[in-house]
Amino acid sequence: MSEGVVWLTIFILSVFVGIEVISKVSSTLHTPLMSGANAIHGVILLGAILVTGSTDNNIALVVGLVAIVLAAVNMVGGFVVTDRMLQMFVRKKPATSDAGKADA
Amino acid sequence: MIPTWAQLLYLAGAVAFILALKGLSGPKTARMGNLIGAGAAVLACAIPFFYVDDMKHVPLILAAIAVGSAGGFYGARVVQMTQMPQMVALFNGVGGGAAALVALVELHEIVELDHAGLDVETFVLVATAFTVLVGAVSFAGSIITFAKLQELMTSRPVVFPGLPVVFGGSLIGAVVLSVLLVREPSMTLGIVLALVGLLVGVLLVLPVGGADVPIVISLLNAFTGLTVAAGGYVLSNTLLLVAGTLVGASGTFLTLLMAGAMGRSVANILFGALKGGSTLGAGEASDRPVRSAGPEDVAILLGYADKVIIVPGYGLAVAQAQHTLRELVDVLSARGIEVDYAIHPVAGRMPGHMNVLLAEAQVPYEQLIEMDEINGEFKNTDVVLVVGANDVVNPAARTTPSAPIYGMPILNADEAKQVVFLKRSMRPGFAGIENELLFNPTTTLLFGDAKDTLGKVLTAVKAL
Repeated sequence: MSEGVVWLTIFILSVFVGIEVISKVSSTLHTPLMSGANAIHGVILLGAILVTGSTDNNIALVVGLVAIVLAAVNMVGGFVVTDRMLQMFVRKKPATSDAGKADA
Repeated sequence: MIPTWAQLLYLAGAVAFILALKGLSGPKTARMGNLIGAGAAVLACAIPFFYVDDMKHVPLILAAIAVGSAGGFYGARVVQMTQMPQMVALFNGVGGGAAALVALVELHEIVELDHAGLDVETFVLVATAFTVLVGAVSFAGSIITFAKLQELMTSRPVVFPGLPVVFGGSLIGAVVLSVLLVREPSMTLGIVLALVGLLVGVLLVLPVGGADVPIVISLLNAFTGLTVAAGGYVLSNTLLLVAGTLVGASGTFLTLLMAGAMGRSVANILFGALKGGSTLGAGEASDRPVRSAGPEDVAILLGYADKVIIVPGYGLAVAQAQHTLRELVDVLSARGIEVDYAIHPVAGRMPGHMNVLLAEAQVPYEQLIEMDEINGEFKNTDVVLVVGANDVVNPAARTTPSAPIYGMPILNADEAKQVVFLKRSMRPGFAGIENELLFNPTTTLLFGDAKDTLGKVLTAVKAL
């Protein structure tokens, strides 16, 4: 199997997995799910680190660093904001024992 | 070459992302799913530091990560729950921008290889062009979306004569530039392609009305996912490929689900305004006669009912009235009245947004009833209390084919014995169309800020 076909295989299978795993989501969770998926693509940070770490050109370095900042905003902000939303769904009973855990 | 152990860790990361999405689609597992995703993403980004032999600029890279993380963390902590949709749009936009920039840096390497006489695989160039273009579209589109939701600009559709021509022209230009870039890689072409991508992104979102913007956020989210996937192919990184494809596929599917909940097609949402479809709304207050009442009258209606359904909308959130509303519901329940909340799938600014807002006010999850389950109950209901909602109970969705919301399933509030609207003014809802229900003989209006009027109703009910 040529390398291109391997990549194509991974791609096609991922498409089906991506649809399948969320196919039963209730509309209540659409917003957190969108936000969580949004955070996952923040993993482009990994790509930004890889290209920035291998460049010798100064302009490319600056562009790469900007990409790192933007990707980190996407990734960290995305997961934190999703957690904040979900926190509210989980808290069923009035906070008693875990009131101390909640951050100020 | 990436060492085997690192490739295996990337594989583990890909599996973790699948589990994260799976977790996020169930209410009980959602938070765990998100944490799994976060953990996997953080670990994945640490991997290159251990296998890339001569990684350069490490201190600068670490500093950039710290700056971005701090910024993202701060923004995510301080944002109001009502402003959540635009925050998601913003995060999505910077992600798309990052992907486009990564592809431009990689293009710089490719151009050098090409000049050195080495062969570059055509498909790598195709993927690079795709990442630059779609990443730029996603960035610009998300920024416009942000501006619309944050009301930095009008949330109504923006259309100017010749927009379809300019939009079509820039799309064709983007394709031509991409083909040229693949045939003869050059930095200049890459940068021009990114600029055209920005233009396409702006033109794509301008004609979309405020009520439809959430669908666009979801669509742009899927776009960013696909750019990350293409970026993964360019960098020969399986984790980026899988993660990006997962988000691209699930995001596209989610977009279709949301559009379905509004009874609209995605094409209609994006291009409806170009055909003059959703510009119908006058956006002006009507002066037809309505029946309005004071807080005491509403209190009596509510206090002596047997069954009450609350229809909350974005206006509730804007007025920060969700806590007062919950108090009122508590008092009514204590009087033995059956009270439920009817949640329209697109109540608020995004599907599920209203659930988040009410959960914040500690409304029990069991009282939030989804549209399909509660729609049969309106005819046995004494009073429907509509707080800051409009389009989701507008019968025009059933009766007026020319209305932009025509075909959207609505809550059957008009079947109840009495309907009470809490509204700031007679201004139409987000979709900009008049609501016939307001002029029904069984409808009562209570004007004012929702928090203020709910407080007065609450006091009056307590005094009954």
